[in-house]
Amino acid sequence: MGLKQNLHKLKEKYSGTKMAPAFNAIHTFLYLPNETTHSGSHIRVADDLKRTMNTVIMALVPCLIFGIFNTGYQHFLALGEIEAASNGFFSASFWSWQNFAAGAWSVLPLVIVSYVVGLGVEFIFAIIKGHEVEEGYLVTGMLVPLIVPVDIPLWMLSVAVIFGVVIGKEVFGGTGMNILNPALTIRAFLFFAYPTWMSGDKVWVLDAVERANTPDAISGETILGSLAQNNPVTHDWLDMFYGFVPGSIGETSALLILLGGLFLIFSKIGSWRIMLSSVVGAIVMGLIFNWVTDAGIITETSKFYGLMSTEFWQHLLIGGFAFGVVYMATDPVTASQTNRGKWIYGFLIGFIAILIRVFNPAYPEGMMLAILLMNVFAPTIDHYIVQGNVKRRLKRLKSKTA
Amino acid sequence: MSKDIKIKKGLNIRLKGEADKTLSSAPRSRTFVIRPSEFHLITPKMVVKEGEKVEAGTVLFYAKTNEELKFVSPVSGTLSKIERGAKRVITSLHIEGDPQDNFKEFGTKNPDSMNSEEIKNHLLASGCWPFIKQRPYDVIANPEVMPKAIFISGYTTAPLAAEYDFVLKGKESQLQAGVTALSKLTKGKVHAGIGGAGVSPFNGLNDIEIHNISGPHPAGNVGTLIGEIDPVNKGETVWTISPQDVVIIGELFLTGKFNAERIIALAGSSVKTPKYYTTKIGAEVATFVYDAGLNEENVRVINGDVLTGNAINPKSHLGYYNNTVSVIPEGDDYEFFGWTKPIFNKISTSRALTFSWMFPKKEFDLNTNTNGEHRAFVTTGNYEEVFPLDIYPLQILKACMYKDLDEMEALGMYEVAPEDFSLTEFICVSKQPHQEIIRNGLDLMYKEIG
Repeated sequence: MGLKQNLHKLKEKYSGTKMAPAFNAIHTFLYLPNETTHSGSHIRVADDLKRTMNTVIMALVPCLIFGIFNTGYQHFLALGEIEAASNGFFSASFWSWQNFAAGAWSVLPLVIVSYVVGLGVEFIFAIIKGHEVEEGYLVTGMLVPLIVPVDIPLWMLSVAVIFGVVIGKEVFGGTGMNILNPALTIRAFLFFAYPTWMSGDKVWVLDAVERANTPDAISGETILGSLAQNNPVTHDWLDMFYGFVPGSIGETSALLILLGGLFLIFSKIGSWRIMLSSVVGAIVMGLIFNWVTDAGIITETSKFYGLMSTEFWQHLLIGGFAFGVVYMATDPVTASQTNRGKWIYGFLIGFIAILIRVFNPAYPEGMMLAILLMNVFAPTIDHYIVQGNVKRRLKRLKSKTA
Repeated sequence: MSKDIKIKKGLNIRLKGEADKTLSSAPRSRTFVIRPSEFHLITPKMVVKEGEKVEAGTVLFYAKTNEELKFVSPVSGTLSKIERGAKRVITSLHIEGDPQDNFKEFGTKNPDSMNSEEIKNHLLASGCWPFIKQRPYDVIANPEVMPKAIFISGYTTAPLAAEYDFVLKGKESQLQAGVTALSKLTKGKVHAGIGGAGVSPFNGLNDIEIHNISGPHPAGNVGTLIGEIDPVNKGETVWTISPQDVVIIGELFLTGKFNAERIIALAGSSVKTPKYYTTKIGAEVATFVYDAGLNEENVRVINGDVLTGNAINPKSHLGYYNNTVSVIPEGDDYEFFGWTKPIFNKISTSRALTFSWMFPKKEFDLNTNTNGEHRAFVTTGNYEEVFPLDIYPLQILKACMYKDLDEMEALGMYEVAPEDFSLTEFICVSKQPHQEIIRNGLDLMYKEIG
């Protein structure tokens, strides 16, 4: 093992220097380090943060691959060059080489830019602050390209990533210290800094922006967009479940997200409490709105009617809800940290996501704002849960002395 | 009277190299060593000078803060060397052992007919007091305070640790004398936890309340027992003592001698023939480690079990409180793509391409590699699964790290000892030193609040 020894010598040579964190980040990527325990438990479990983060990435890869095919598919479908997929999930017109090539050509640059820019910022901060490069960005870097529209310019993505990593994470002290989910901070920055890009009906399909106002214009409205404007939805529900619809790159396939979620729950990396309670929260809010429209309180003339009358279970399939629940609400750093808090946190995410979705006319995707909002409130939830424990302790003391 | 306690949260760590239940006598050690650092927060004041003769039971030093609190020699011999470290702190006392022990005579006594003050003075004078620890702070018990209860755990759940049912066999009379003495020192009861399955030597003793405990580790930790029966509130004190030390106290009353004999388990996957040895406190571990033989060169010798012990040099000596010596392979090697490849040969509580959940009965051969680098706390909810106390482990660890005394107190710092956090440390994905964090937190509180 010549490589192992050479790397070991290099590590010894540069240990303690400024560049050591950068070197170690690459070294520990190749080899599990030779660090041993010193005190306390002399043995440790096999898992480390890299493995944990890697498991999330593995759960994301199917969404990425699907997103690549879907990007090409939506593009050619809008151009009228191919038939709509009609043979279930494995339709040949979806899983075609042509779709993949077109999709990969536009999606992979987003992935690469996201990682290069984000990890670059992480490396710089690690070197300045002299700590190891932490793994948090591995997941963030994969999430970001999956939650942006495909037509986003690369420079815009770079600016957003730098903002998100620096303001969303590093100013708080890096991985583990941040209050807001960095991926969503990036998404929110894009949304508020470039609103015309991030909403509307043009950005969701490859090349739609360039063709706007030309005779070849193509439309690529998301389902949420249609519903918000009380337009009829042209996709059937099975398409939404499979994911053959326009939307952010990775968020469309509820089926694959469901499988990814089950994998995360099985591997005990993702919190089933948050996932389950978010879904319950969304269903409750959806049922309330359904009841309101059924009772005739809101009629078809209302601009909220389209989304309000959407059946409660369909809310789970459309937009970024499923993706947000599985991959972003469960971020352990920004979520509630107590098990009981997770139930409340998850429920409110689902509840508020649907609420915002229905009542926000400018931007019908409530998931991002719901998660960010609950990120802010998660420490408060935890505080009250922990206070319960503290009070129990005080009560125990009082019953003793009384 | 016995009561049943069922522990649900926890984790049994199955390791290779469990000690075979055969007892051998370790060869007599040439030198014996006492390390004052094992008596946490005690500053020693020497009584004996270098070169002086001592008997088993002769006072070597006392605590600077309390002259009554004496520490005695486990064997007879000559105090050959007092080693000092930085700032002239005494790091170790070396005693050249005599071939045969001469015991200092303390006189046989019947604890039944003694009152609390007499027992206390007897234990202090004979050097048996340091065996008794207190909570809060997990330090040697303060003799001035009357504890609300005394807890003994006679149930072993820690990986590879000495089985109390085995090492206490035939010591019922000493246990009884020790327990009776202890029962006079508290206004409450002496509680003992025993495993449900085996025949415990605690069964049938008087002056004690027996609790049947079942469940995974840390069901056998005394902290778990306290948490289940009578958690420590602010202003209260409980004492804890390990059963083997009760035996030494009992023997003091029955024979009048301080007999530092220990039955220890020598265990771990690096040991050729792991088994039990009779030896003495402070003896060279080499006397029995090389008797049992080692499978490899590059090993970690641990005074205590693999979760809570101290790493020592193989030429070093048995600790004052330990009844287990574990030897496991060092893990100072790199592993190619070790962070991502599927793992079959290491324990994991997740299923993230780690497959130990498929082999619940398998005995693993773990080394000392941390399996990853130190990171900030990221994952949540996993500590709670192995932590049976009614305390939020992540929150209390963070409170210790940012040194918020009020919060530490509110979250239950008075109830815990570092060993309660050995399992959370074991499963920590961020490889944080939980026991060290808790120890430093306790020390800070002791200093500020005391």
